[in-house]
Amino acid sequence: MAKSGSGLMSAAYLLEVRDVCKQFPGVRALDGVELHVAAQEVHALLGENGAGKSTLLKILSGALRADRGEATLDGIRLEPGDSPRDRQRLGLITIYQEFNLLPCMSIAENLYLGREPTRRGIIDWPALYENARALLADLGLSVDPRREVRHLSVAHQQMIEIGRAGAQKAKLIVMDEPTAALSGREVEILHAVIRGLKTRGVSFIYVTHRLDEVKLMCDGFTVLRDGRYVASGEVQGVEIRDLVRLMVGRDVQCSRRARTAAPGDTVLAVKGIARARESSGRHAMALKDLSADVKAGEIVGFAGLVGAGRTELARIIFGADRCDAGALYLNGLQMRPLRSPQEAIRAGIALVPEDRKQQGCFLDQSISRNMTLPSLKRIARWRIFVDAAQERQVVDQYRRALRIKMADSDAAVGSLSGGNQQKVLLARCMALQPKVLIVDEPTRGIDIGSKAEVHQLLFDMAQSGVAVIVISSEMPEVLALSDRIIVFREGCISGILDSRDATENKLMELMAVAAAAGAARMTGS
Amino acid sequence: MTPGRRIDVVGWLRRYGTTLFLLALILFFGLDNPRFLSIRNLANILTEVSIYGIIAVGMTFVILTAGVDLAVGSLLAFAGMSGAYVMKALGAGDPLSWLAALATATAVGSLVGYLQGKAVTFFSIPPFIVTLGGLTIWRGATLILNDGSPISGFDAHYRWWGTGSIAGVPVPIVLFGAIAAAGLATQRYTRYGRYIYAVGGNPEAARLNGLDVAGIITSVYLIVGALAGLAGFLLSARLGAAEAVGGIGYELRVIASVVIGGTSLAGGRGGVGGTIIGALLIGVLTNGLVIMHVSSYWQQVVIGLIIVAAVAFDTYAKSHRE
Repeated sequence: MAKSGSGLMSAAYLLEVRDVCKQFPGVRALDGVELHVAAQEVHALLGENGAGKSTLLKILSGALRADRGEATLDGIRLEPGDSPRDRQRLGLITIYQEFNLLPCMSIAENLYLGREPTRRGIIDWPALYENARALLADLGLSVDPRREVRHLSVAHQQMIEIGRAGAQKAKLIVMDEPTAALSGREVEILHAVIRGLKTRGVSFIYVTHRLDEVKLMCDGFTVLRDGRYVASGEVQGVEIRDLVRLMVGRDVQCSRRARTAAPGDTVLAVKGIARARESSGRHAMALKDLSADVKAGEIVGFAGLVGAGRTELARIIFGADRCDAGALYLNGLQMRPLRSPQEAIRAGIALVPEDRKQQGCFLDQSISRNMTLPSLKRIARWRIFVDAAQERQVVDQYRRALRIKMADSDAAVGSLSGGNQQKVLLARCMALQPKVLIVDEPTRGIDIGSKAEVHQLLFDMAQSGVAVIVISSEMPEVLALSDRIIVFREGCISGILDSRDATENKLMELMAVAAAAGAARMTGS
Repeated sequence: MTPGRRIDVVGWLRRYGTTLFLLALILFFGLDNPRFLSIRNLANILTEVSIYGIIAVGMTFVILTAGVDLAVGSLLAFAGMSGAYVMKALGAGDPLSWLAALATATAVGSLVGYLQGKAVTFFSIPPFIVTLGGLTIWRGATLILNDGSPISGFDAHYRWWGTGSIAGVPVPIVLFGAIAAAGLATQRYTRYGRYIYAVGGNPEAARLNGLDVAGIITSVYLIVGALAGLAGFLLSARLGAAEAVGGIGYELRVIASVVIGGTSLAGGRGGVGGTIIGALLIGVLTNGLVIMHVSSYWQQVVIGLIIVAAVAFDTYAKSHRE
């Protein structure tokens, strides 16, 4: 590369990446990729799963080494052999989907880990807390810096990560799907934090699958497809439709469900589910008098912010969590709430949990083992020995039905893309032939192509008479999928909408927490 | 960069490295001293390996669930002593007294294993702590049982289990072979085997898939307890006495076999196949060093180094894959 050229460019760009290639055994993950991020820019890095975004981020953070290509940050050449620490020292900080916080230490300690203010070698605690309080105030967060990080919500932990990056005098913060686990108001807070840091001169690379967010937050974008650079430009003046076409290479629509014949009998209902808030622990929100029902062939959407009670109710229905009061009706028969997922599965209820990696997949284990685990009883001889031939048949059947892209069903499920992992989890539930299917965040972190396929699968399930409950943070998704929408707010049900007259505005109104109450939630009180 | 087939040396070594090392050791010791490769010596090694290898099969399951059992050495002694005690009480002359001893030893082992498993699951005490307690509790209980003295005077039927042979193969080796085969079949072909990997790989996901996580965890401690009981019986039959100091340090040999065999202490990865190689490796190394007249002090150093090296390599190979 001509020296003069890169010198010229670095005046205009904070980060400049050229011609990066990375080969994995059997796959060319990146092929001549380039990326330019200006100072004080929020730059969206877009692409379907498997497009090479994660690989590029890893190369930038120093976790992976590129086979070829070069990069400069603020005029300084990024050496291929840099460790993640070296890159951090240069001001390039990466925030992963899995957090790197120490859960049992306070917010302040996490913010200044390794850089605590000291006096004669001893940590100056008053100064530490003072600095932390000032930094948190700058970020617009009113949390007590003495609180232990493990008591914070996912959203807040993420803010703390960003705060830490800010405290490290970051020039460029790389965020991999920061809003995948957030909803509504939390996203707004995150955006505010990012804008705040931006005015202080920090740039961002922002990976997201939510394109509305790109329009809202980002200045520039770069699209990758199949490991190649496709396009880049300014967000302003670009339609979401165009971005999708660039990412997928064709037109895709998130179609609303065509309503079918009237749904059948009520399969499952819960009445008056309640649970007290725990002063410390998992249950941050009290649940009050939650009732819901779902009929055969119907898709019911659970909408609401994270922590508002939608996932909580689903887990209670599934027996994964306990409740203090309430009743469950299965096919009209009243019974006590289920006490374990084991009971739920026996009763014909299946769950695709919200967190694919933590709660769904056995990442090290094979695709077929992941797919058949809960239904092994059906394919075991004398209920003991797994019938390999039958297992292969089941796996093949669902691989074809769900169009799961895999070379070999003995490969680890962790080697699949997010979309295909999600399909494996759906296949696992379908193999149980459930009467009720609960899907929590069916398309979190998966690309648009797979998303449409997953939606179609859920339609098909409902069509075949399964009662489906869908939980989603994405309003368009809830609207597209559901026949009926139950909206949760702060542990209560704030409304039930028929999808025919539901709109994003109506949903938003029912979900939104009053400003004062929202502030109270922020302090975590 | 030429895409396509490159031989993945690290991956291959990770898979077969321990076996290669075992073969290299056998070759090395054999060249050094032909006596090492005599049938008699090999049978000796295998019989020695069988006693703790039997426990190591069960320990593999425990470690696959991300647990550990430090009490197996003490439990071996306690169960063996209990069996011998019952036999004595019945009178050594009874031709079926060995059966009473065998039944007692395995029953005591199972019961203790079950209790330890319950302590882990019901009271949520970390397995390390439960079995660290067990390590001293059952050693103490062994001393109490017969006031610290050994019990001996077994009849020929009893001794057959430790010193006899079936078709020329020493009985402990036959039993080890059978139990190892059962272990392999369990991990490979049964629902239960799948469940163990699931519980160790991701306990929360296992629970959400309707598995009885607590029950499965309890069961692996029961299994390793039963096998420790059986090993206690075999050891007493082999030595002709149940000793209060029997099996001291066995927990380390057993855990080392599993770990050298490539089973991850974090759970969910590994298996009985590796454990068998690991157990053989320790047996060959101990015996070979004795034949080479290396002092027993140095033997401990060497075995320790190999444990650390095996795990270090495994970790390296894992990070190498990215």
